[in-house]
Amino acid sequence: MLTLLGVAAVIVGFAVRLNPLLVVVLAAFTTGIFAGLSPIEVLAAFGKAFNENRYVSAAYLVLPMVGVLERAGLQERARALILRFQGVSAGPILVGYLGLRQITSALGLTSIAGQAQSVRPLVAPMAEAAAERDGPLDPGVRQSVRAYAAATDNVGLFFGEDIFIAIGSILLMVGFLAASGIVMDPIHLSLWAIPTAIAAFLIHGARLILFGRRLKGRAA
Amino acid sequence: MIGLSAVYALAGLVFAAFAVFSAMDRANGKRFGNAVFWGLVATSFLAGDRLGDVGNGVLVLALTLIAGLGLLGRGQPATTSPEQRQALAERFGNRLFVPALTLPLVVILGVLVLKPLQVGGQPLLDPKQATLISLALAAVVSVAVALLLLRQPPVSPLQEGRRLMDTVGWAALLPQMLAALGAVFALAHVGDLIGQLVTQWIPLDTRLAAVAVYCLGMAGFTMVMGNAFAAFPVLTAGIGLPILINRFGGDPAVVCSIGMLSGFCGTLMTPLAANFNLVPPALLELEDRYAVIKAQVPTALPLLIVNVVLMYVLAFR
Repeated sequence: MLTLLGVAAVIVGFAVRLNPLLVVVLAAFTTGIFAGLSPIEVLAAFGKAFNENRYVSAAYLVLPMVGVLERAGLQERARALILRFQGVSAGPILVGYLGLRQITSALGLTSIAGQAQSVRPLVAPMAEAAAERDGPLDPGVRQSVRAYAAATDNVGLFFGEDIFIAIGSILLMVGFLAASGIVMDPIHLSLWAIPTAIAAFLIHGARLILFGRRLKGRAA
Repeated sequence: MIGLSAVYALAGLVFAAFAVFSAMDRANGKRFGNAVFWGLVATSFLAGDRLGDVGNGVLVLALTLIAGLGLLGRGQPATTSPEQRQALAERFGNRLFVPALTLPLVVILGVLVLKPLQVGGQPLLDPKQATLISLALAAVVSVAVALLLLRQPPVSPLQEGRRLMDTVGWAALLPQMLAALGAVFALAHVGDLIGQLVTQWIPLDTRLAAVAVYCLGMAGFTMVMGNAFAAFPVLTAGIGLPILINRFGGDPAVVCSIGMLSGFCGTLMTPLAANFNLVPPALLELEDRYAVIKAQVPTALPLLIVNVVLMYVLAFR
């Protein structure tokens, strides 16, 4: 039972805002040592897993492209484009992005958009520009527009990708069920992800519209 | 066959360039901290397989110490001013979107065209890693398109990439660190322990209670473990399969699918899902590290309740 102290270390560490890398290392050692491993064994297990998970960090390879485009004025261009469409405000822009992200993810195209390659250079500047039309944004409001843009990318991705049959989570479920003696065609798992996907679109979309109204109300 | 090793070699060289340019950046008072940090990341990508398990562990400890002791600064590569960017934006117009759209197009091309391709009886791309390889390829192609089309200095991708990487800072490594923590949790059977606690202490004698415990448990467990994949086998083996499917006769497709999506509601609410929830605030330069989570909780909670209702209604038709 003391093994669970590692989990407690994570919760407490994040709550008191210790440097998260330190929290993770402390939690790994707490867990490992209470589970009966020696410190060297924990270090080796942690190092091995870190090395095996390098693909997680390989996604930063898109940053040079994003940076060059920023240097050449992409964010400014994205703002100008939005300002040309007078009727489009921040709420509908984010709803449109939510729908697009859900549909492309459902088709298995999860990597064509993302926080680094779409939210920072395009979606957030567009939403900010649209909100600025109703009056200058104070720093706090600007930050919340950006936070909503990032949240929209996550919601769109999570509740779209599970409709695609060859995504990791579906394969995990098929594998788990097969190991338990239940043969399952992945298409059934994807189809039953659709009701939740629709609910996610309605709930998050409604929140985005309300957020957009609040932005407008701020100017009035 | 092109596999992950090619992607790692490319990433290693890019991070090595970040390290070298960091060391040369006199505007950054902590430039050597940055140089060592990104240099260690480059070492991991280029030589991780030759360091051995303990060697990799020491490398992670060094990265953690640099971050934890605040030795990481923020580089100031020469870049364009806001006024210059405005002028460039007007000059280039919609041409600026071409490299940004090249990236997704090349990813699609890679997954749809290159992935099935066979060369001499061997697949051209490692089928298991086709998406990541395509993403790396797309990153290179779109940088080339940007340089040619927008006539930017050849060194700018590396310098601008370093500017963004320093903006993210140590948070960049958190997702990989948490994945490694997940492996230690698995080694210590943390998941099984929590699963036992849940099934031992919470009554599951009615269908609704069992559905609610399974869905809320998936969300809560995902919040603690940082990802729904770790929660799914534990709670499905503990509640989903024996109780919802075997005892109450629930449809396994509905139970599993909506159970996993309940886990995703948890992912929206936990700092442990760092690549979704903590890296974006750094990338968007938000002051509150938890701003994105706060923007997501009011979507995640109602959606979780909807999932309970959906499973209750759809699984037992």
